[in-house]
Amino acid sequence: MSDVQTWTLVFVVLTFSLYIYIAYRSRVSDTAGFYVAGGGIPAPANGAAIAADWMSAASFISLAGIVAFAGNGYAGSVYLMGWTGGYVLLALLLAPYLRKFGKYTIPDFVGDRYNETARLVAVVAAIVVSFVYVAGQMAGVGVVFTRFLNVNPTTGVVLGMAIVFFYAVLGGMKGITWTQVTQYTVLIIAYIIPAVAVSARVTGVPLPQIGFGQILEELNGLQTDLGFAQYTEAFTQTSRANMVLITAALMFGTAGLPHVIVRFYTAKSVRAARFSALWALFFISLLYTLAPSVAAFSKLQIIQDVSGRSLAEMPGWFTQWANVGLITGPAAADGTLPPVADLNGNGVIDFTGAASDVPNELLINNDIIVLASPEIGGLPAPIVGLVAAGALAAALSTASGLLLVISSSVANDVYYKRINPQASEKQQLLVGRIAMAAAIVVAGYLGINPPGFVAQVVALAFGLAAASFFPILVLGIFWKGCTAKGAMWGMIAGLGVTMAYMLWTIDIYGNSDGILGIPETGFGTVGMLINFIVTIAVSKVTEKPSAAMQELVEEIRYPGKTRLVEAHAKGEDLH
Amino acid sequence: MDDRQRQEYWRRNLRLMAGLLVVWALVSYGAGILFVDALNNISFIGFPLGFWFAQQGSIIVFVILIAIYVWQMDKLDKEYGVEENETEVHHS
Repeated sequence: MSDVQTWTLVFVVLTFSLYIYIAYRSRVSDTAGFYVAGGGIPAPANGAAIAADWMSAASFISLAGIVAFAGNGYAGSVYLMGWTGGYVLLALLLAPYLRKFGKYTIPDFVGDRYNETARLVAVVAAIVVSFVYVAGQMAGVGVVFTRFLNVNPTTGVVLGMAIVFFYAVLGGMKGITWTQVTQYTVLIIAYIIPAVAVSARVTGVPLPQIGFGQILEELNGLQTDLGFAQYTEAFTQTSRANMVLITAALMFGTAGLPHVIVRFYTAKSVRAARFSALWALFFISLLYTLAPSVAAFSKLQIIQDVSGRSLAEMPGWFTQWANVGLITGPAAADGTLPPVADLNGNGVIDFTGAASDVPNELLINNDIIVLASPEIGGLPAPIVGLVAAGALAAALSTASGLLLVISSSVANDVYYKRINPQASEKQQLLVGRIAMAAAIVVAGYLGINPPGFVAQVVALAFGLAAASFFPILVLGIFWKGCTAKGAMWGMIAGLGVTMAYMLWTIDIYGNSDGILGIPETGFGTVGMLINFIVTIAVSKVTEKPSAAMQELVEEIRYPGKTRLVEAHAKGEDLH
Repeated sequence: MDDRQRQEYWRRNLRLMAGLLVVWALVSYGAGILFVDALNNISFIGFPLGFWFAQQGSIIVFVILIAIYVWQMDKLDKEYGVEENETEVHHS
């Protein structure tokens, strides 16, 4: 075993044992504990849990790589702004009011505020979005195990499933939340240490967020020499209008994702829900302000290490990642990625951009930047192992949060609300646990055999969430006159148009240019506007909600105990 | 709270929200995207300013905006006597 493998194993065993211990300590026996941890999680802990839930394998493993390579610097900003800016919307427009409204899930709010048909649409949307996501997490677990421990991906995924199974089925939301707090700690330490070390060594500034300003000029120069657009120059890849559309789709999508919103139900009070949002974004911003600096430092170092070298002279990390097929030659006409080769026979591997006379011979996968950054930066083996454990923490924490959404949607919104309203606490809990177990098995299967389009669909999920949930949640809270028919048609129109556009533009149908050049990732913004317009228009012409319902919507505006919210909590029908 | 107080509380909440959302849009869509070229001519601790807003500044401002919201709503809750103490749990 190499040093790196030993250290990875040490950190993985250590962190996994910790998760199991915490899960055992916080096991639960009632549905409120299982779905929302009894609504009793303090705000900083809830914030850390939301942050871990939110920051997936994609944030930890891929984000820096997407900014550095796929986005060539500036264009990657859509993810940085989009995935953080949504929290401002959550904090101001949704979190406090949904917490006051109570209940357990988004379909619960939709069903209680509007009607049962709308609840079913919401259940389906919530389950689809969550499964798409969770498959990506399990695949991420597989990547880490393969590269760092040399086990095959299937063993890795099964191991990950077993851990999640243990603490999610046993502890429900309570177990998940406290485990996520630990996972956040692990992942943020694993992200900060290499970033600080590299920044301090290259620039002498130990604060990477400032340090990376010192290398931008050099990076811009190098990129120009190689025929790339400058790293900091705007709109070289994505037009101004599309930057706006994609950023908006990601922001409003963030504010409409079921597994994020449900976390505010776990807060102790309306005030705690507001504070949870603040803590969550604070914890998220630590990683999200570091990611662009990791991106810039890695890109500079990679260009310096790789440029003008022959295949035999490449550094160790280059060979290792080339061996697992994540550093390759540019894509062939049929989309396959051939091994790196000196195609033009000039003795070196050329890494060049569109403006260069020399054709490019190198493609670096976005996913390796963070995982390889300690090795690229020449940091010692324990740090490499720590980063691997951090990546696993990011993947597992997000997976468990998503699985809970699936389980509670099935057990609460379908089984208890639709099939067996007389079900006892025990029965509901059992159904919840069985649904969770089944969901884990399906997720594991999808992780081992990922459908080819998962990565694409994960990005699209935000557009779908923005086009379906965000408008009807906001209108449901802020406009008493918003009706069930309005919301239902709004959701169907927004979701329908967006899905149709996405399917139509997906490569297999060959319309990838779309209409007016709007990318499928940005179309969610258009779908959302359609949803808003349809919901408002239909609400205007349909019968107003009942007086009691309007009074309930009025009451959720004010913190503290109020009469109708209490009655609603006891199960009184206010339609 | 009586009806008049409720209306006042809600109006002040909406005003605060609107102000914060304007800043939210200005730093991200404004400084980070629409006016990024012009701002990039200004240098800020080594960064072109527009690029800095797109990759650092907007995120920092988002955190500050929520902090202001939480702090101001706490004040508003107290003023109208609807503040919640930490131990109170009223979950449905």
